[in-house]
Amino acid sequence: MKIIKDKAIVEDSWTHYDGTGDIPAGDLIVPLAVWKEMDLSGRKVGLRLEPDDHPGDMVDDLDSFDLIAINFPSFNDGRGYSYAKILRDRFGYSKEIRAIGDVMRDQIFYMQRCGFNAYEVKADRDIKDALHAFDDFTVTYQTSADEAVPLYRRK
Amino acid sequence: MYIYNQHDQQIVEQRAAQFRDQVKRRLSGELKEDEFRMLRLQNGLYLQIHAYMLRVAVPYGLMSSRQLRMLSAIATKYDRGYGHMTTRQNIQFNWPNLEDVPNILDDLATVQMHAIQTSGNCIRNISADQLAGVARDEVVDPRPYAEIMRQWSTFHPEFAYLPRKFKFAFTGAKQDRAAIKFHDIGYRAVKNDTGDIGFEVYVGGGMGRTPMIGKVINSFVPEADLITYTEAIMRVYNQFGRRDNKYKARIKILVHELGVEEFTSRVDAEFAALGREGAVPLDRAEIERVSAYFTDPDYAELPDQCGALEQNLLDNKDFSFWYKQNVLSHKKAGYAIVNLSLKKPGVPPGDITDKQMLVVADLADQYSFGELRSTHEQNLVFADVRKEDLFDLWQSLRDTGFAEPNIGTMQDMICCPGLDFCTLANARSIPIAEKITRRFDDMDYLYDLGELKLKMSGCINACGHHHVGHIGILGVNKKGTEFYQITLGGDATDTASIGKIMGRGFPEDEIIPALEDILKIYIDIRTPGERFIDTYRRVGAEPFKAIYEEFSLRGAEL
Ligand code: SF4
Repeated sequence: MKIIKDKAIVEDSWTHYDGTGDIPAGDLIVPLAVWKEMDLSGRKVGLRLEPDDHPGDMVDDLDSFDLIAINFPSFNDGRGYSYAKILRDRFGYSKEIRAIGDVMRDQIFYMQRCGFNAYEVKADRDIKDALHAFDDFTVTYQTSADEAVPLYRRK
Repeated sequence: MYIYNQHDQQIVEQRAAQFRDQVKRRLSGELKEDEFRMLRLQNGLYLQIHAYMLRVAVPYGLMSSRQLRMLSAIATKYDRGYGHMTTRQNIQFNWPNLEDVPNILDDLATVQMHAIQTSGNCIRNISADQLAGVARDEVVDPRPYAEIMRQWSTFHPEFAYLPRKFKFAFTGAKQDRAAIKFHDIGYRAVKNDTGDIGFEVYVGGGMGRTPMIGKVINSFVPEADLITYTEAIMRVYNQFGRRDNKYKARIKILVHELGVEEFTSRVDAEFAALGREGAVPLDRAEIERVSAYFTDPDYAELPDQCGALEQNLLDNKDFSFWYKQNVLSHKKAGYAIVNLSLKKPGVPPGDITDKQMLVVADLADQYSFGELRSTHEQNLVFADVRKEDLFDLWQSLRDTGFAEPNIGTMQDMICCPGLDFCTLANARSIPIAEKITRRFDDMDYLYDLGELKLKMSGCINACGHHHVGHIGILGVNKKGTEFYQITLGGDATDTASIGKIMGRGFPEDEIIPALEDILKIYIDIRTPGERFIDTYRRVGAEPFKAIYEEFSLRGAEL
């Protein structure tokens, strides 16, 4: 599967696994419960966060993950934006933060400003088209995960 | 007023281009309606009963004559020749075609206007005291802060998909004219003992089906912390506001369910954490840069007494009524504040035609430094008129139909679009408003009634603010028939209160008689000079319940 990572289209090296069936080979993105209960040693593990899983509840474990995937079951549920911001600013998480679920071109600009750097664009959408999202705006007012000072101080 | 720099301009232009592309993708079918819905709403585009409706932002209600001329041109070219002033100081167009909306946005951008965040579950266009900068009771001009917050909230990446819509209001005066206690966040700019500016912050006010009065969660947020403190509130809300039930999703419910103390302590904790993470305080230099756009216009030094005005007031009774009712005193000697009434029997409250807009723009140039304001009571204001010009201005306004001497009276009613336009409505509101203004058109009677805020909504969403009307009317629908519930005792000002429902709804034909009965009771029991709301507060709802007896005496059945 192709994803957008660091503003480029790349082949994804990760596999989602929900804990049912045989454990696939390779690097896995799993829900918190699966990570807690199953032996996944010897591979890279990514954590899948649902909107109800607050990153603050797993601060001590964040180092164990090579990736955090934040799920948007519906694009209307905007909690994930705050979670990404908190992961970056508050908990200093510096590895990949990936948006999954209802991810479309029109949300990606905001997502990257909140600290996401990878996106699994919905399967029925043109991923090449989604790449244009980064160019929607060339100026922004506020500070953000990628912008330490507000516009008026930048100039 | 604030003038865009190249960055501000670039942002609205890029927004227009982005929306043009979204419309294209919608028309080609690439975007499904429910996906497009959220995108168009964030740009003020609703789908109403007959057509799309585009809501254009008028930040804190301030407009230039040049902008108004553009709004007029849009009404002519893309609409049916009129616009509608809303209860949040914006202007709506009721009939644009989807294909035309990108062009409208391009046109708006040429006069530094846009429709950004006038709808959707995001931070909405910010409203403010319509007398900011000219009111005598003002302590701090809130407009620079409202503008700073407009910029900060524009495309805020973290808060574009909140649980529900989110509204800010600003005042800097002693008397609250911006209904700050009925907003998600209300800010009152104040000065502390040492003269520093800060904000009293009210959270969790609102109307809708669960009306609530906002609570003070901080009585002095220093201006440097305005943005960070707001960010803390927004972040607590974005994470913990309810998303399971649209009717419980506003911040007022979160504040209510957590309790003010717990809510406040979460905000404080978030604020402290943001500080540790390098939150940037709002610079004094930036406040001064923006404030420079809101300095006083070039006032002439005039005596406060104006002989010509005094003479005209003596000579012309109609003029003197208008002066008494629609003109307010100004902080500057020799100047006055003029309300243009957009309430007139036969016209939906807040409607203004393209031709009227042009006249108003010319009058603004001639008499009020080329600027005007919109009010949440759906009127317009010329803030800086020389007293010596009042008589001439009055004559021109009369010719345009905006000199009805009814500001603050029962005719100055606010009213939502209701079933004539709105898909959520339970009942019509505009035709009822029309009946009321036609029935109660005797100005002597209206003056005798004094200040009386009548507000009407076509459903429980309360866009017509009925909860805070001294008399409120709410349209409901029972088995396909429209009924109208009456509430009494609401108040949107500093003495905020929520109106109490009197009882069962009245059928359409009975609403006028019921109002007549209420007013009769009031006139009977008021003390000399007592306003309706004060009488109600003194005697309570009980004496007014007699309207139901009158109602059954007329042979109507509940
Ligand atoms: S109060 Fe109801 S009917 Fe009136 S505009 Fe709002 S949603 Fe529509």
